[in-house]
This record gives sequence, C-alpha cells and structure tokens, in this order.
Amino acid sequence: MNYKPIIGLEVHVELKTKSKMFCSCKAEYFGEKPNSNTCPVCLGLPGALPVPNKKAIEWCVMIGQALNCKINNFSKFDRKNYFYPDLPKGYQISQYDAPFSHNGYAILGTNEEKTPESKTDSGQSTYRMFTCQARMTAKRVIRIRRVHMEEDTAKLTHIGDNSLIDFNRSGVPLVEIVTEPDFENAKEVVEYLKILQQIVRYLGVSDADMEKGYMRLEPNISLKPVILASEARPESKKDAGQASMTNDLPNYKVEVKNINSFGFVKKAIEYEIKRQEEILKGGKTPIQETRGWDEDKQKTVTQRTKEEANDYRYFPEPDIPPICLSESQISNFKSQMPELPDIKLARFIKEYDLTRYYAEILTREKRKADHFEKIIREANKNNISPKQIANFIVNEKFVNIEGKEFDWTLMSPVNMIKLHLSLNKTTSIDEKALERAIKNVIAENAKAVENFKSGKETALMFLIGQTIRQFKEKIDVKKITEMLKKMLQ
Amino acid sequence: MKLNQLTIKEAQEGLRNKKFSSVELTKACLDQIKKHNPSLNAFITVCEDSALHEAKKADIQINNLTIEQFNNYPLLGIPIALKDLFSTKDIKTTAGSKVLENYIPPYNATVVKKLKNAGAVSIGKTNLDAWGHGASGENSDFGPTKNPWNQEYVPGGSSSGSGVSVAADMCLAATGTDTGGSSRLPAAFCNVVGLKPTYGRVSRYGVISMASSLDSIGHLTKTVEDSALIFNLTAGQSPDDATTPNKKLPDCIKNLKTEVKGLKIGRPKEYFTQALDIQIKCLTDNALKKYEMLGAEIVNISLPHTEYANPCYYIIQPAEVSSNLARYDGIRYGNTRDEFGDEAKRRIMLGTYTLSTGYYDAYYKKAMQVRTLIKRDFENAFKKVDAIVTPVSPTPPWKIGEKINDPLKMYLSDIFTVTANLAGIPGLALPIGFVGGLPIGMQILGPQFSEQKLFEIGHAFEQETMFYKQKPLLR
Repeated sequence: MNYKPIIGLEVHVELKTKSKMFCSCKAEYFGEKPNSNTCPVCLGLPGALPVPNKKAIEWCVMIGQALNCKINNFSKFDRKNYFYPDLPKGYQISQYDAPFSHNGYAILGTNEEKTPESKTDSGQSTYRMFTCQARMTAKRVIRIRRVHMEEDTAKLTHIGDNSLIDFNRSGVPLVEIVTEPDFENAKEVVEYLKILQQIVRYLGVSDADMEKGYMRLEPNISLKPVILASEARPESKKDAGQASMTNDLPNYKVEVKNINSFGFVKKAIEYEIKRQEEILKGGKTPIQETRGWDEDKQKTVTQRTKEEANDYRYFPEPDIPPICLSESQISNFKSQMPELPDIKLARFIKEYDLTRYYAEILTREKRKADHFEKIIREANKNNISPKQIANFIVNEKFVNIEGKEFDWTLMSPVNMIKLHLSLNKTTSIDEKALERAIKNVIAENAKAVENFKSGKETALMFLIGQTIRQFKEKIDVKKITEMLKKMLQ
Repeated sequence: MKLNQLTIKEAQEGLRNKKFSSVELTKACLDQIKKHNPSLNAFITVCEDSALHEAKKADIQINNLTIEQFNNYPLLGIPIALKDLFSTKDIKTTAGSKVLENYIPPYNATVVKKLKNAGAVSIGKTNLDAWGHGASGENSDFGPTKNPWNQEYVPGGSSSGSGVSVAADMCLAATGTDTGGSSRLPAAFCNVVGLKPTYGRVSRYGVISMASSLDSIGHLTKTVEDSALIFNLTAGQSPDDATTPNKKLPDCIKNLKTEVKGLKIGRPKEYFTQALDIQIKCLTDNALKKYEMLGAEIVNISLPHTEYANPCYYIIQPAEVSSNLARYDGIRYGNTRDEFGDEAKRRIMLGTYTLSTGYYDAYYKKAMQVRTLIKRDFENAFKKVDAIVTPVSPTPPWKIGEKINDPLKMYLSDIFTVTANLAGIPGLALPIGFVGGLPIGMQILGPQFSEQKLFEIGHAFEQETMFYKQKPLLR
C-alpha cells in the first residue's frame, strides 16, 4: 500500500498598512516597546468600537485579484468567538461566509522546463479549463478557496510561570489565504509560498518575512491510500500501469503550526508525512489534531489537544456595516495593481530577448526589475542591448572603493552605463602598430598559419589570442580579426 | 422654585442673565443629591469636587463671553448626570456591575466629550441595571434605585438612576441608553421625557455595549425642548463609530413648533390588547383625543408582527450580549467573571446557546429574519401616518421585588418598547398622567431620522398638559 499526501495550506499575511485594521494605532510593531501602540479599540476596552481600514480592504482585494479570485460585490465581517488571553475582545473580527475574494488559483511549475504531469482532483468545472491548460503545458494548478480579511491577536511571551501579553500586534491587518488540499509534496508547498511571497511583495502590501512573522503558514496534512494496478481487482486492470485513487478525502487531517522559515517548511511537512505513513501502515488512523513544529527536536509534537472542536459561534459583526464593492471599484483596484511577477517574467524574456534564467533573476524583486528597465532605457541611447546589460548585471560583482560589495540598484542608470562602457572600452590602436604586431605573430606562429590556410578555424582564434597578448590594453577583437584575415591572404 | 428644579432652558436664561451662577446651580443639585440619594440610590458616583471645579470654570467663562459666544456653549454651567455605562476619563465607570466596580476608563465616550465641549458640568454617574440588563433598576449590583413618586416602587430601567436623578431634580438632564426601552421606560415611570434616537444617530463609542445592533444612545430630560437641545449636541456622524451614517442633522431646537394640524397619528391595535392595563389604555386614548383636539388625525393601523417582537428581541439581544461580555476576563481590567450577577449569566447562557452550531439557524438567523418583518411593518405604517403613538409599558410601575424572581415576567414589560429597537426607529417617551400616584408615559414613534418631528409632536402635547411641572414629594 502506498500513500499520497493530501496537503492544504492556510497562509496569513500581515499587511504593512500605516494603521491597524480597526483603529488608527500604528501597525508596525516589530522592535517597538511593548504596549506602546495601543488604544481602547485594540485593547478591547469597554465601549470601544471597530472602524475598518479602507486601505487594508483594498489590498486584500488586490491579493485576491492577483490570485485570480472572484471578488464579491457584497461582503461582511463576522465575529469569531473564542477565549484566549491574546484576544482582548473575546472574539476576533474576521470573515466567515462572505469573504472579499474566493475561488482563485495559483500555477506552479512555471519555472521548470519540464514537470512531470500530475492529476488534480478538480471537481469544479471552473478549474477544468485551467487544469487542462496546465496539463498541456505540464504545470500544476493550486486552487485558492478564499482570501479574506481579519485582525491579528496580541503576542504572548512565556517566561517561567508567567505569560506576558504585548498588544502592539493586536488589531494589525491580516489577510488569510486558504487553498484547497491540492498539494502533493513539500516541494510544491515551498514553491507556492515563494510565489505568494513574491506576489505580495510585488503588490507592496506586505514584506512577508517568515522570520519576522509577517507571513505564517499552517499546512493541513493527511495521507490517502493509493491502490496500484497490480493490487487492483481484475476489472480495473484496464488502467494497467496507472494508479487509481479513491475519490474521498482521508477521514482525518493534522494541522501543523509554528513553522517559521522556508527551511523548516520542507522538514516539517516531510516529517509529518513520514509520521502519518508509519501510523497508517500499522493499521491505525492518525489522530485529528493540531501539532507544533519543534525546531530543536526537529519533529512535530502534539500541542495541548482541545477536548472538543471549538464552536466559534460566528455571526455577522453588528458594529461594521457590510461592504458593497461595485464592478467599477473592483476593476479600479485591478488597474492599480503593478505588473505581476509571472507576466513581467514572460515579457522580459520576449521583449529583451533574455534567457529564462536571467529574466528570473532580474524579476525576482520588483524594485530590481524596475531599475533594470530604467538602465535599459539608458542603454538604448548608447546602442547597448538589454542582453548585454543583463549579462553584465547578473555576472558582475559590484564593489565600492573600500572593496565592499554593494547593491547595484543604488547606481543610477547613467552611472551604470558609464561603468559598462568603461569596462568594455577598447582603446583605439594605431593601425601601423597593429600591422607590426600581426606581422610578428604570423612570423612566430608558422604552424598555426599553415593550419588556418588548410581550413582550421580554431587556428584563427589562436592567432587572434596571440595578437591580443601583444598589447596591454584591450583591443577591439573585430579589428584584429579583420586585419589578420586580410594579412593572411 | 429652587435652582435645581429648573429646566435647561430656564437655567440657560438665568446663567446668561447672571441671575445666578453655575456654582450656585451645581451646589443646589449636589445638596439635593446629598439629601435624597441615600434613600433613592440614583447615583453610584457623585463627582462633587470636580463638578464644583467645572462650575467655577464655567462661571469665569460666562463672565468673559459675549451673548453670541455664550450661545456656542449651550450647556455651559449646566449640571448633567451620566449613566454609568458611559466611559468617563479618570472617573470610575462600573456598568452597575461588581465586575467593573473599580474600573477607571482612560478615555471619554464621544457623547461625554460632546457634552463637555458644550460646557456641561458632570455631576455624577447614575445607577442602572448591571450592563443594561433590566427594566426595573433592580438588577444593579449596587442596590436598586427607588421611584421618587413612591419609594416602594420601581423607577423603570435600565436607565433607572438617570430617570430618578432628573425626576428628583438632582440634575437638569441625564444620559441614558435604550436597547429595548431602557430610556423610555424610566422616563415613563418617573414623569420625565426620554428619547431613544434612530439607531446610529448618536455615536456609541465609549458607551459600554449591550447589544450592538440594538443599542441607541439617548437621554432623559424634564421637557421636550430640553431633549431637543441635548439631541442637537449628541447626534451626528462620528469617525469612531462605523454605524453612524452621514446624514444631515436638522436644528431640532430652532423653531420648535407646536403645530400638529393635519398630522396623521397612527394607533396600532396590537398595542391596545388585553395585555394593556385598562387605566393606561384610558390615559393613552385620552392623549390621542387631545391630539385630535389640536387638529391631528388619528388613524387606526396595524403592525401585524408585534407579537413576535419580544421573543425576537430576547433571542437577538442575549446573543449579542454574550459576545460583548466576552472581553470581561479580568486580565486587562476589572474583576473576574465570577462577579457576574444572575441576570448577566442568564443572558450569556441564552445568547451562547442561540449562536451555537446547530441552533444558529433556528434561533439567531430566524430572529433576524423576523426582525426584517417587524421593520417592514413600520415602513408600511409610515406610508399612511406621520407618527405612531402607543403606551410605553403594559403595566404601571410595579413594587420593588414583585417581578424579580420571575425573569420572564420581567421580560414581558418590554413588549411595547423593543419594537423600536428592532426596527431602528426613534421613539420619544413623555408623561401622560398618573395611575395610583405613579407616572404613566406614552411614546411617539417615527420613521428613521424623524426626531425633529417627534419633538414637535411631543412639545405640542406637553405644552397642553404641563405634566412636567408636577414634582414628586420627597422627604
């Protein structure tokens, strides 16, 4: 019996708005003195009321649009009621059944030349089209169930027997992105996370640093038995060579929390898959629970299991009127979006005649891509091709006077071009001096001359090289080649 | 007439014309409090020092301002009491509950800010049914408030202390809240005027929430004109409350007409059933006859879903209460949950139940749908009439202790008032007479944002009957 991982992902992205989600306190909390950015609203004081942050909502919609979601014309906030010391109101303002965005997708495998074809359990007709396309181009489609808005909780720090609460983070805008359980391995999850991180950084809505907690993820992992053809009943031997799967999802799932870096994502998921496989192979079913990734022990551990599943008693948030977005508002948000990474990548390849490798490096960060294009415009004035500039930027090590490496985007386009020109400058050489040098080379390398005359092109290269060595400065190779050829006849 | 017996309008004139000072006026109120609060228990906190300090400041301002400037501060030097649900900076705010018995807010409620900006002197925090849960004032963790007209009887709730403080001339006005009748009922039981504004008309920021979709921030005054004056100051859109719409506010006190000729007033049959005390029925119908005399037309109407209003209310309100009380965990402020009183616990349990999985659809969702039907009843009625007049309470004030052991019986005292909260419409309660020496009130209901009209209709009746001139006998 083999098992196939069924993985769904919940990612929380903290928005870098100026103020918090429901009050005008500063949203930036990293490194701030504890409880220095608070007010009656985010402290949950008696009488305080939430007023939604318009920008946060716009950015949440944009993230949804970047993930190809449908944007709801009518959406609302709901109260998610539960008790925990980091939740000052005793409820979190979130979205339940009318999120801002829903039913989108992300495409994996766009950066690989070839990916093995894989099946997806898409039952929804909307996605059949994309899945077909994906199959044709060997890409994987991850369906996005929803993208919604909510508020962050306070931060708890445990010291000995005491727990300290810092409310600076309470009320910071959080976008939650939920996928369908479409992932099949840790590699795909990591790729998806990198894509998501790149998208929100491109949109300028979040720094999405996992280490700082600006992007958090919770994978749901379970395993599904895969019946091989050799084990199948006679009737199904028609699918010889192919694995057939049951259509149901497994009857349990394990949520994993506390994964704080890309490195740990792969380790945590792979550990969990192995752990569950062992349990299943022993004939038992893994307990449905929430586990935490323990960085020190390098394994997932049971977190305090709750006696029963939490009933959040969702009901519409009465303090915030529903949000109605018109079609024109929705398309307006879309038009404000910058060019997304995958589109920019394709355009760089086409427009600048770059390899996928170079284009990927140059579009990894929007800031660098934008600067690159500024340099291109300057390069055009000097008849230098984008390809040359790309080559230069990617391979050159930029060091300052002290010999320290620095960020090439700090150089103005004009200075960049000047630098390029100076490094590739060929000194014009006296024609007579060149003639003399070539005469010497021909005289000293009779064998090579003979080889060239008998048709060996490599001999020419050798002779060019020898000529270059005659001079200290860089000489225009074209000129040498021309003259050499002339004099060899 | 003692200074504390004046209306706001009368006090304004006196202060403007330097007939007396704010300090004298404030002292008169404080003396009244000293004398009668021990028996009436209308105040939880009396701000004697700060009130006199504010009064002194007010007097200096009054001396330095021109008449024109004086008119920019309509409450300058006027002692106002605040229901203890209103957050007052650095002044204890208890919500009538032991859970917050020592809680001192670091900020002022928006309405408190507005009243202070208008020059008001905050004389104290009034007693109430804890968290607003009650119709009699008996659910306070700090002892029940007594009706000044007969101290063996309830003054109505939950703004019990506010009703009594105005009726007993301990202040010239008091703020209140109205979630199911909590400003109108004490007004009716104490012979004063109580306003429940349109939902969202007045910012709720800083007022301890009971049921967020039903809470309305109101006030109690001696006259209708005083009520309009305060409404002019408290109403309006506020950036701190997302449920306050951007709707222009008329000047309700300018040109307060008494003309009701041609006005159509609805009498809904569902409010005049067997459930209504016969004497109250008489008084209310007399009031309607008076309106007819003044030139209005009384129209018989029907609000067919009235009988579902109370059950609907007692599903929605506890649900929202159970969520709004969740923050009182004792971690950041206040005492722990075991200090919640019986009624609070009752509503938390009811509310949690109706919101829980498997019950949400059958209770909360269904009640919200019925609510729409109740709202529609009023919308349809207001196509035929300008306003609706009904009794406020099905019974006269009852004896203290009479209903306290029967919560359901207590809930039934709300049957006529909860409808306005469910529909989000405004209601003005004012005196229409007495039964057995105890005050009776009627309420005038209007479409959303029709407060100006309600004041006019109320003012006309008040000027004809002058019930406000009657004062309770206090020993």
